[in-house]
Amino acid sequence: MSRLILLGPAHEAAGIRRDDVDGSSVSEVLANARTRYGPNFAAVLAVSTVWLNGDTATLTQPVGPSDEIAVVPPVSGG
Amino acid sequence: MVSRLALDADEATQWATRPECGAVVTFCGTTRSTSPTGHDIIELEYDTEIDLAETRIRAVAASARARWPEIVAIAIHHRVGVVGLREPAVVVAVSSPHRHDAFDAARFCIDAVKRTVPLWKREVWAGGSTWSTDATSIANVEDL
Repeated sequence: MSRLILLGPAHEAAGIRRDDVDGSSVSEVLANARTRYGPNFAAVLAVSTVWLNGDTATLTQPVGPSDEIAVVPPVSGG
Repeated sequence: MVSRLALDADEATQWATRPECGAVVTFCGTTRSTSPTGHDIIELEYDTEIDLAETRIRAVAASARARWPEIVAIAIHHRVGVVGLREPAVVVAVSSPHRHDAFDAARFCIDAVKRTVPLWKREVWAGGSTWSTDATSIANVEDL
């Protein structure tokens, strides 16, 4: 299980900002998140960058309870 | 700095103005009424996680200092929440002994903020709103 942070459009699509999601790797956590939040979230996730503890994640990275996975959709600041 | 409060470009400019500097460049990004959607925009609403955004903004400032070592002061302020028409959503102020470094570094900072900081802009018009379509995949400042 890891802490998932859903930002901007990902937050809106999932209906939640922070959640704890099961999975022993980044890809497992994201797969469970797709199931939990549905197709609107999956569509946002498909175009998003994923961070693990603030750095760009790879899908095979192992994760545990102290890890934080952030879904970062395309940005539009400024 | 990321804040829900109104930004003060004059204050940032004054802060960046130092005795050893002959140049201060201040950029204000303000809410405009036009949009690719064709709607008359009445306000913008910015979303972020402040801790993540401030970490990334500090990285932008550090990168600017590494690229332009003559820079003396850098202020990068971004507002979140609702930002009305003509109000600044972002203020960048950079000072240096000479103008070229100040101009170049200020432009780098605002461009890097737009590409590397986790911020999302929602365009609001009378009767509706949508996330800005002017969005790009987030980049790392060291890759710019």
